[in-house]
Amino acid sequence: MRDPATASSQATIKAPMKANSVRWSTFAAPSRFYALAGKLVPWFWAVTAIFAAAGLFIGFAIAPADFQQGNSYRIIFIHVPAAWMSMLVYLVMAFWAVWGWAFNTRLASMYARALAPTGALFTFTALWTGALWGKPTWGTWWVWDARLTSEFILLLLYLGYIALTEAIDDARRAANAGALLALVGVVNVPIIYFSVRWWNTLHQGATISATSAPKMASIMLTALLLMTVAFWAYSFAMALTRARAIVLEQEADTEWVRRLATTKKG
Amino acid sequence: MDAIYWKSFGDFIHMGGHGLYVWGAYAMTLAVMVIEPALAAQRRRSALATAADEVNT
Repeated sequence: MRDPATASSQATIKAPMKANSVRWSTFAAPSRFYALAGKLVPWFWAVTAIFAAAGLFIGFAIAPADFQQGNSYRIIFIHVPAAWMSMLVYLVMAFWAVWGWAFNTRLASMYARALAPTGALFTFTALWTGALWGKPTWGTWWVWDARLTSEFILLLLYLGYIALTEAIDDARRAANAGALLALVGVVNVPIIYFSVRWWNTLHQGATISATSAPKMASIMLTALLLMTVAFWAYSFAMALTRARAIVLEQEADTEWVRRLATTKKG
Repeated sequence: MDAIYWKSFGDFIHMGGHGLYVWGAYAMTLAVMVIEPALAAQRRRSALATAADEVNT
């Protein structure tokens, strides 16, 4: 066990050194991050709840059935946001993993590890809801086409990243090995995104793209975008909550965590 | 309300014959979004408890 006084100074020594040049680096102190994230989490939950309620109401009570697919299309309101977030979370995770690796920022590596389970669960959700949408629409739960296969590979990348970082006890070595895996896996994200254009897939083309008008009624689009905001806020709430837990785990022998732990216990 | 698409609650549950698929998709998503936050909150609490134990020993 390290001396508490030196251990606590380790946590804060980085911030004052950089504080003159880069202001935001003060939040790079795990103790400050912990407090700030704790304040933000309830707001992200509030946004999640409000936007999900509005999106589900419009998507289920107001929006009519699709003229081709009937009511099975309503799965889109969770399937597309989950699929989008599965890709976005991966990119953000890889960014922080590489940032932590390149600049030796422990907090960045903690963000990356905090994001991985959420990304994996979004990927699983996208695959699950896709299977349940595929059955009534295509007549099959699953097909090894480019879109579905590359999304499945994304799930394997997340699981590989989690397994690798959990398997290495030393936090820094775990973060660096994970960063390499995350970085290599980034190549899969554009493959998922453009798969429906590059290959002939059973999966339909993009619902919304930057270059053409949305291929859906505006009431359906409204519900989809509201649900996307809800999923986005959910990701933040989850990642911040898990990052706080990881900060406590990795800083367990510092003075501020000890003080926090003992005052919480009363 | 005229704006509501469904004629009855049973109609809504039935989803025009796609109820199993639609509700199966939403049930799993809801389960994930309830269990994941619970596990993460639990992880933070146990990290605090571990840190407190280390102080006492």
